[in-house]
Amino acid sequence: MALWLRTQVHKRSELLLAVPALLWLAIFFVMPSLMVVVVSLMTRGAGGNPELPLTLAHYERTFSAFDSVLLRSIWIAFLTTIICLLAGYPLALFIRTRQSVALRRFALFMIILPFWTNFLVRTYAWRMVLGREGIINGGLISAGIITEPIQLLNTEFAVLLGLVYGFLPFMVLPIYASIERFDFRYVEAAFDLGANKWHTFWRVMLPMTLPGVLAGCVLVFIPAIGSFVTPDLLGGTQGLMIGNLIHRQFVGNGNLPLGAALSVVMMALVLVPLLIYVRAGGER
Amino acid sequence: MANTVVERPTLGREAVTPARPPGYYPLYDAAGRAGFLVVSVAGYFFLWAPILLLIVFSFNDGRSVNAWYGFTFRWYESIFSSAAGGEASFASDLLLNSVMNSLLVSLPATFIATVLGTMIALSLARGKYPGRRYVDGLLLLPVIIPEITQGISLAMFFKLIFDYVDSATGTRVYPGFGTIIIGHVVFNISYVAVVVRARLADMNPRLEEAAYDLGANGWRTFWRITFPLLLPGIVAGALLAFTLSLDDFVVTFFLAGVGNTTLPVFVYGLLKITVTPDINAISTLMLLASTVLIGISLLLQGRNKA
Repeated sequence: MALWLRTQVHKRSELLLAVPALLWLAIFFVMPSLMVVVVSLMTRGAGGNPELPLTLAHYERTFSAFDSVLLRSIWIAFLTTIICLLAGYPLALFIRTRQSVALRRFALFMIILPFWTNFLVRTYAWRMVLGREGIINGGLISAGIITEPIQLLNTEFAVLLGLVYGFLPFMVLPIYASIERFDFRYVEAAFDLGANKWHTFWRVMLPMTLPGVLAGCVLVFIPAIGSFVTPDLLGGTQGLMIGNLIHRQFVGNGNLPLGAALSVVMMALVLVPLLIYVRAGGER
Repeated sequence: MANTVVERPTLGREAVTPARPPGYYPLYDAAGRAGFLVVSVAGYFFLWAPILLLIVFSFNDGRSVNAWYGFTFRWYESIFSSAAGGEASFASDLLLNSVMNSLLVSLPATFIATVLGTMIALSLARGKYPGRRYVDGLLLLPVIIPEITQGISLAMFFKLIFDYVDSATGTRVYPGFGTIIIGHVVFNISYVAVVVRARLADMNPRLEEAAYDLGANGWRTFWRITFPLLLPGIVAGALLAFTLSLDDFVVTFFLAGVGNTTLPVFVYGLLKITVTPDINAISTLMLLASTVLIGISLLLQGRNKA
């Protein structure tokens, strides 16, 4: 019996190693996530706390009163993804086509480095650039092009700029990984078979590097739709996104169930593209 | 901050060397090449200009952020004066305090996440139990899910638990260092596990087999063979976790109680109010710290594999 137990323990010891981390994630990640779903269905009680009975009112409110913010968030995240793609693909191709390995490594490092610096600090840097007394307004005024500072900060444009800035590396890296595996002799073959360069790009290169493109789009869209700091610091009231609405339900005399419902909607907006991506076989 | 694991490019280890260098092909004729260069230079400029401006203006001898008044160290001096015990201003006292709070959060969070993350990485790399795919998926979720939903759900979770404890026992528990550390460990487990697994995948399993053949038991094999070989990966993972923990704003913001303002939360409070050179100086120091930490982590990850 003791021997049997010992072999069982030995067999399962690999699983046992995973138990502490799994417990931590189950208690502090899975349970809170499920709890948010429950709270989102409860009534708002005293001090914004959740109470029974169950209700769908917060979802109704999310889709009626806040539909403009929802749509704006989706639109901004979508535009961010497109702009990152249009800028990221050429950048990745540029890095790949540098001739020496050292240069390629350096070019890639220069993409990664800013992305490892503090997000708050990078966003703040744009306030310096875009503000009323920022670099752009200061430069334009001293050049005599404008006399009054123009409103750049606290606009939707500023949020878009900040998000593209923050998440461009997420697009460049997976595309680069795809292009690196791409055998450029296919390009040669396409030309030999009479394709022009547009054909070669659209019919050969893009399809073969599509996994990287899709991964990049998912990796940009998800943090963009879930962003909070960027719209908070650069968007003002004009660039309000779901993240800011969620935050508002938690400060002061908030509304926890409404905040929970907004969180669930955001989670859904994140999980849908992710599931499509996994289904499409993106994960190998 | 949304940090996501991306596939690491295998620089310089291309499977096939193209017959001619890729730049040769007519995808890049003269015009294309020029256009390419312009787009790419613009891309790099876009990524670097704000950071460089921030650094440059942290040395500006004036409060303006659009005009240059000469070089100075005074913003840095005012930061370090309180650290050196000199005439400390109220603001730099708070700053020093927030740095201490950051370390009080990051060090334990890094330790716990490194231990748990290494264990689960070993389990996934060595184990053959069913359901590993789901464990894998669960491990990736905290990295992918936006930080704000993580912060909010944990904050709500703690609030309801603390409310319950209050009504059941009459003792009021408040959010604090403990709650922040718990939140940081959640996302850091995943990052440590990813880095350690990459190292494990590169390790030669024959070395462990040899140890067993020579009569070492599992425990001894682990501590004498596996662990030393794995150590660079573990340290790299720990450094990454430490940096992410130091830099984290969103999760901390929602989990912090009164009196445990970390550095990013403190900076956020400052820059909600105004744009000043002291923030530039603090930001520059933060950039320096995370660059150094990440640089060491990347070096350790890239060192020739066992």
